Amino acid sequence: MEGNIMGVNGPVIKAQHMKGFKMREMVMVGFKKLIGEIIILEDDYATIQVYEETSGLKVGEPIISTGNPLSLKLGPGILGNIFDGIERPLEKINEMSFGFLPEGIGLISLDEEKLWNVEIIVALGEKLKEGQIYAKVQETESIMHKIMIPPGVFGTVIELKENGDYNIETIVVKIKQEENIYELKLYQSWPVRVPRPVKDKKTIFKPLITGQRIIDIFFPLAKGGTCAIPGGFGTGKTITQHQLAKWSDADIIVYIGCGERGNEMTEVLEEFPKLIDPRTNLPLMNRTVLIANTSNMPVAAREASIYTGITIAEYFRDMGYHVAIMADSTSRWAEALREISGRLEEMPAEEGYPAYLPSRIAEFYERAGYVENLNSTEGSVTVIGAVSPAGGDFSEPVTQNTKRFVSVFLGLDKKLAYARHYPAINWLASYSGYLSLLRQWYEENVAEGIIELRAKMLKLLYEENKLLEIVKLVGEDVLPDDQRLTLEVAKCLKIAFLQQNAYNSVDTFAPLEKQYKMLKIIESLYDNGRAAVKVGIPISIIINKELMEKLYKMKYNVPNDELSVIDDLENELVNYFNELIEKYK
Amino acid sequence: MKKEYLILNKVQGPLIILSNVEDIAYDEIVDILVDGKYNKRGKVVQIYKDKAIIQVFETTTGMSVDNTTVKFRGESFKIAITKDILGREFNGIGDPRDKAGEVYSSKKYDVNGRPINPVARRYPRDYIQTGISSIDCLATLIRGQKLPIFSGNGMDHNELAAQIVRQAKISEQSSENFCIVFGAMGIKYDDANFFKKSFEEAGVLEKVVMFTNLADDPIVERIIAPRCALTAAEYLAFEEDMHVLVILTDMTNYCEALRELSSLKEEVPSRKGYPGYLYSDLASLYERAGMMKGKKGSITQIPILTMPNDDITHPVPDLTGFITEGQIVLSRGIQQRGYYPPVNILPSLSRLMKDGIGEGYTREDHGDVSNQIFAAYARVQDVIALAQVIGEDELSEIDKVYMDFGRAFEEKFLKQEFDENRDMIETLDLAWKILGILPSSELDRVSPKILEKYYKVVVK
Repeated sequence: MEGNIMGVNGPVIKAQHMKGFKMREMVMVGFKKLIGEIIILEDDYATIQVYEETSGLKVGEPIISTGNPLSLKLGPGILGNIFDGIERPLEKINEMSFGFLPEGIGLISLDEEKLWNVEIIVALGEKLKEGQIYAKVQETESIMHKIMIPPGVFGTVIELKENGDYNIETIVVKIKQEENIYELKLYQSWPVRVPRPVKDKKTIFKPLITGQRIIDIFFPLAKGGTCAIPGGFGTGKTITQHQLAKWSDADIIVYIGCGERGNEMTEVLEEFPKLIDPRTNLPLMNRTVLIANTSNMPVAAREASIYTGITIAEYFRDMGYHVAIMADSTSRWAEALREISGRLEEMPAEEGYPAYLPSRIAEFYERAGYVENLNSTEGSVTVIGAVSPAGGDFSEPVTQNTKRFVSVFLGLDKKLAYARHYPAINWLASYSGYLSLLRQWYEENVAEGIIELRAKMLKLLYEENKLLEIVKLVGEDVLPDDQRLTLEVAKCLKIAFLQQNAYNSVDTFAPLEKQYKMLKIIESLYDNGRAAVKVGIPISIIINKELMEKLYKMKYNVPNDELSVIDDLENELVNYFNELIEKYK
Repeated sequence: MKKEYLILNKVQGPLIILSNVEDIAYDEIVDILVDGKYNKRGKVVQIYKDKAIIQVFETTTGMSVDNTTVKFRGESFKIAITKDILGREFNGIGDPRDKAGEVYSSKKYDVNGRPINPVARRYPRDYIQTGISSIDCLATLIRGQKLPIFSGNGMDHNELAAQIVRQAKISEQSSENFCIVFGAMGIKYDDANFFKKSFEEAGVLEKVVMFTNLADDPIVERIIAPRCALTAAEYLAFEEDMHVLVILTDMTNYCEALRELSSLKEEVPSRKGYPGYLYSDLASLYERAGMMKGKKGSITQIPILTMPNDDITHPVPDLTGFITEGQIVLSRGIQQRGYYPPVNILPSLSRLMKDGIGEGYTREDHGDVSNQIFAAYARVQDVIALAQVIGEDELSEIDKVYMDFGRAFEEKFLKQEFDENRDMIETLDLAWKILGILPSSELDRVSPKILEKYYKVVVK
């Protein structure tokens, strides 16, 4: 089937003789065979968005049908790799043409030559159901790739290969269902815009532990949950996303660089293979997939990159893994929608964005969840999206619409970033909707009173905020001592606990137990300090410089595996106050 | 033989519309002849059936629907580049502005370039010493970085850029392979002249390529000018192994030109009337900086933009900040107080400095020192606000110390002569001298080891 080009306007192409084509079908455009997708069909005409540069296309060039919607090959070879927005491996492209991205790359995907050591785990005559695992490949040292029957397919095994080394195109199992015979290779194809089916969505109950104190204690993320991180430029969205990609306790990380800087992807590529996962002691790259559509790569592929990422995430979820997906940044994706919508001359809604923006955002975040898979394993997809609001103004459409569909909101603050308080997460503007769902987990796995402790400390920060308003008007000296104590303890909480140094080898990741102990000792400072204020001890004596120094530096000085040091410090603190109060009585 | 078209359908601003054309390509370049004598060029920006919209690079004044001949070249816009372009001056579309004649080369390059494959990039790690304390210490420039200067009308951004050009020294490397590509978009004649003169004074004129589009030159050329400049930079960096410093000024004029063309094409506008693709378009320029694996050269970009009404949330600085690797923000308040360079350090940032400073690069204390200065100077702003309400005398002891710190910082550290070149060690030592005003207990961003080693030296 063949149509031809009628008009070109940036990444949008109008074509005629398109009767037999389907909506959302992937097509090859022009003699260069650029990849495109049909977005409007009308009579004999179609509108196509093209995922590559359209320079040089002429009226009359052919449009070739592929018969399939934009799909991904899902199989071994995904992990540790970097792809463009439609799953073309950038390493491979670089071998084809070094340096700059060439035109007309064509449709390439997973490596078809590479041999994988395959273990077949089904037997002849066995009845297989959809989603069932029929083979296993140790894809990287840390991850076992489980090869599953595609959704909608089932039957009896009539032929199978021995265990051995095969490439992904090898037919390893044949199954028969009535008259139909299905040939199963090491991969399956799946259209990116269709969520992969699950048996059941479950209620969230497990946190996604990130090793970042302000997140784990104050605004916890959940496995299967959703989170948005908005912030103007320079507030540290990307560093926060990188920290989550490095240290969160998901099995698989899918990192989408959507319309961001080329050097940031390079940084991840250089850094991750050297970093060691504290849980498996293996390189972090083993569990990471990168999708890169940098800001100068074609805009239509930016729109697709988000779907590519989440489809890969769902595929690993179906194997029973916990997957976290970071999209940096969803605003660029929304802008890609806006750009294409503008070229289609659609009626714009707010700030030029198309009216369907909220529903697209909702569709994306709703693909997160903690689920029971078709093969009865449990897995989850956690979606963490960065948002880049224009002018740092959270009232713009993308931030506002994202807020409606996510449960955790980590608002980044310019003022904190200017003072180099990182992560610059504003504790007054942020929230986590998972607290009540996760309460039980935290109480069982960390400590009984942790939720109350969190509430107490958060209240302290709110009080500080109120007091600072007064301080702005009259200065700190005139406040009574109990209020000055609040300010001092809040300062300690901010410096010792909330600030976390991503570039310090100890502080970059804090285990939950350390986080809890650190918070506990600050509580102890607060309680003892108040007792001391009550007996009339002046604030200048209560706040002992030496002691505070030790509290400020405990995040660096206490190794993550020697937490007893914090206990010793707490004893020292309690003793100090006991002696002090004794002296003043 | 290519066909020539003799009748235009419509001329509007810099756009002409042609019908009954065949076999033309999107983005193709056309040669236009008006009245049989005036040669112009243009580019196909949209095709639909047998109609083409062409954007003319020069003015369309004098064109009528029947005195114009249009010929399609069959290729996108390319310019000839050799190493001989060093020392030359061109207009926005790569034609010579000086009297040294055409550039002849068998190699022609598409001005749109191609995106660098992220896999082929090399992460930038070597710092460039600019000799300006506020930049070197607090927003270190890294070779291969894109670090814009956010300024406002009437501020000293040109002086600052000229000083950077003059003083920029790449750590432990000879300046043999160093060159400058200067792209001017819609700037005043005086400004262009200022730069030319300062290149001359610095004795680097034979290492500069200029692509100049002045304020009264056609706006379509303004769109092409930075692309020509960056194409030249890519050639010099990745084929001639040179370290290229690209200065683009003024990006705001570029964006205005883009908006003008967009509205002529009747596109759906987004914020403040700028086209929805402004982000992608700016990215296609800014991302043409960096280093590549297996290549010795590098492209470092310093775009200059004037924030309309000094508003950093205006779409131009805002979108720029989201693409570039940090920014150097100039402040009118500091300039009015008489300090040069008027760098407002708080919103200024270099995203790449973390990997290019510290032990093995600059000095072990650099990271801590800069963090501490940021934190302390942020506190100074709070204290100043408080002092305005209650008066300076009523401040607490420690707040008074912060006031002293703030003054010393601006007076001794920030302020610098136009020809004062401080090296990195000098800058860091100076930073410690200023930090010495604060008691050691206030220095919570500095690790104890470094505090011991450096603080004790300045505070006896």
